[in-house]
Amino acid sequence: MHNHPVYTDNDPQTEYSTLNLGPTHPATHGVFQNVLQMDGERIVSGVSTIGYIHRAFEKIAEHRPYYQITPLTDRLNYCSSPINNMGWHMTVEKLLGITMPKRVDYMRVIIMELARITDHIVCNSILGVDTGALTGFTYMMQYREAVYEIYEEICGSRLTTNIGRIGGFERNFNKIAFDKIRNFLKIFHVGLKEFESLFNRNRIFVDRTRGVAEVTAEAALSYSWTGPILRATGVDYDVRAMEPYSSYEDFDFEIPVGDNGDVYARFLVRNEEMWQSMRIIEQALTKLEKEPSDIFHADVPAFYLPPKEEVYNNMEALIYHFKIVMGEVETPTAEVYHAVEGANGELGFYLINDGGRSPYRLHFRRPSFINYQMYAPMSQGMLLSDAIINMSSLNVIAGELDA
Amino acid sequence: MELAEIGIKFALVAIIFGISLVVAMYSTYAERKIAAFFQDRVGPNRAGPFGILQPLADGAKMFLKEEIIPTNATPFLFIVGPSLAILTACIASAVIPWGQNVVIAGKTIPLQVTDINVGILYIFGVVSLGVYGVMIGGWASNNKYSLLGAIRAASQNISYEISMGLSIIALLLVTGTLSLGEIAQQQHGWHWNVIYQPVGFILFLICAFAETNRTPFDLPECETELVGGYHTEYSSMKLGFYLFAEYINMFISSAVMVTLYWGSYNYPGMDFMNELLGTTWGPLFGFAVMFFKVLLFIFFFMWVRWTIPRFRYDQLMDLGWKVLIPLAIANIVVTAVVITFLK
Repeated sequence: MHNHPVYTDNDPQTEYSTLNLGPTHPATHGVFQNVLQMDGERIVSGVSTIGYIHRAFEKIAEHRPYYQITPLTDRLNYCSSPINNMGWHMTVEKLLGITMPKRVDYMRVIIMELARITDHIVCNSILGVDTGALTGFTYMMQYREAVYEIYEEICGSRLTTNIGRIGGFERNFNKIAFDKIRNFLKIFHVGLKEFESLFNRNRIFVDRTRGVAEVTAEAALSYSWTGPILRATGVDYDVRAMEPYSSYEDFDFEIPVGDNGDVYARFLVRNEEMWQSMRIIEQALTKLEKEPSDIFHADVPAFYLPPKEEVYNNMEALIYHFKIVMGEVETPTAEVYHAVEGANGELGFYLINDGGRSPYRLHFRRPSFINYQMYAPMSQGMLLSDAIINMSSLNVIAGELDA
Repeated sequence: MELAEIGIKFALVAIIFGISLVVAMYSTYAERKIAAFFQDRVGPNRAGPFGILQPLADGAKMFLKEEIIPTNATPFLFIVGPSLAILTACIASAVIPWGQNVVIAGKTIPLQVTDINVGILYIFGVVSLGVYGVMIGGWASNNKYSLLGAIRAASQNISYEISMGLSIIALLLVTGTLSLGEIAQQQHGWHWNVIYQPVGFILFLICAFAETNRTPFDLPECETELVGGYHTEYSSMKLGFYLFAEYINMFISSAVMVTLYWGSYNYPGMDFMNELLGTTWGPLFGFAVMFFKVLLFIFFFMWVRWTIPRFRYDQLMDLGWKVLIPLAIANIVVTAVVITFLK
């Protein structure tokens, strides 16, 4: 096969037909293409085309002050943007050497686990849609809505949240936010159980997913897979446990692993992770009660924007405000790598700083991009239907794939 | 045949035609409302009270849409496809007995357009022709997704027609006739065929799902794999015809299932009701009973669609050839043996 897509049937191998799966196909959730050589319904070979929505985020980031890069991270994996936001904040904090108060860590854990739940909700319910069962999807979307209302209460936006700031949160969680989080945990216990009862032992669903796109642990590791799809192959690698960040070491949770890495195992791993996320949030809520309730950011005046009333009435605050906004703050010259457990794998930020207001070079380790590399080789010999549910269970988010 | 009789027949044809079209129209509305009910949604509620005018609005939209025939399509066949689909769907209702003979103003009117003595074969023939509409449309579109959908539709319908036919043979052993009118009469009161042929009914039901391309057998048009399947390239009323044909087919197969297995217009205590209501209203009440049963089946079709996922292509074939056909043959043997020993 060529290294570039073939768009026509004027190929020498005339016994196969070329099928352009995407970029505007209902199963490619987002914009990406697979040029498949089809032998009837069976895929002979395929070439993945990516870059349809490449927006050069890494380059744009080189020209933006640190706090303005957060909105770019929103648009990577937009199903769980808070994790990206927090990951970026923590990277910069690592660069600046800021230690965070425990309370901020726990607040971040709550937000990140909520985001993980929304991402898994989307992935698993869309897997249901791709096998033809739309109803589970509409059930689960109600719970995603509940999480989005929590985001709204905390930061005002829903999908691309831009939540938190470098050094903490822009404001404290209010009582309504805590009520909504508690209420969500209560209703989601019921909802997730219902969802599992719809799918986990549904004969048609199991037949469709069991044994489809099996991946061995060796193959997964050799392709640098991370996240739920790696854990589905039986490897218990989770950044939250291996390299704890944001005080994840304080929490008691399990890392679910699958058996043979097929679509069904990935589905079950994601479901189980949602249960574990709920456990973590419950623990975090209990831990928060023991912390002083007015701390929501670290004491780093040189990097954390002061509140407006202080800017108007307090000279120091005005100076810091001016310096932060104008990018006059000194930053250390260093190289930093920080990784968080994103919803579909290890989301890393590799930051090289030359002491200025914006990164010298910033690289996102985007799990979708790395996980997706195996898609075309995996698809060889598969039926079209299997290739499609394999794609949805990889949870490839076009924004993160193309960055 | 007298002129009056021909007039009555024409009226009956018009009524049944009208009923099946209206039922198909409101099935689209019912499907959306029922889906909404299953999925905690509201469903269509803008056009008229409770969205009751939605099918009319949809119909008007379909007629007013721009007619697009793709450049590389075969124009003639592209139009023939949906026409065949709707035609075969509409003519299948001719042999279905909708009730006992009604006496109006001293005239006896049979509530069946025609009681031909090979009614079941007629329905089979017409339904088999229906797949041509899908195949021709899918092929003429000159689109790979359409072609895949058409191929799937053809192989699926052919495979499932076999087990459908085999399940009917067992029923014929019980009834001894091919005429739908007689089969309906035999199920007087509570002697419904489903009691004598439960396995046959389940086989027939599964095959009916496959024949009407409904979930879990909606592979010819599964939107997540084949975009729109055989009707990917269709727009305006030609698309409307395909969608309409699907709903009419659903109505017809519900009616066939009710006629063959669920007692047609018969119900326990019908003799008493007939005496009570007289020869005009009694049979009409029977018609209402039949209609109610048909609507229940349509609801069942929709219930299944919004509950379970769909099969993969090879699993569908496995089910058809390796499970349903052997089961149907076993059913025939068992039925034959039981009948022989009981006689």
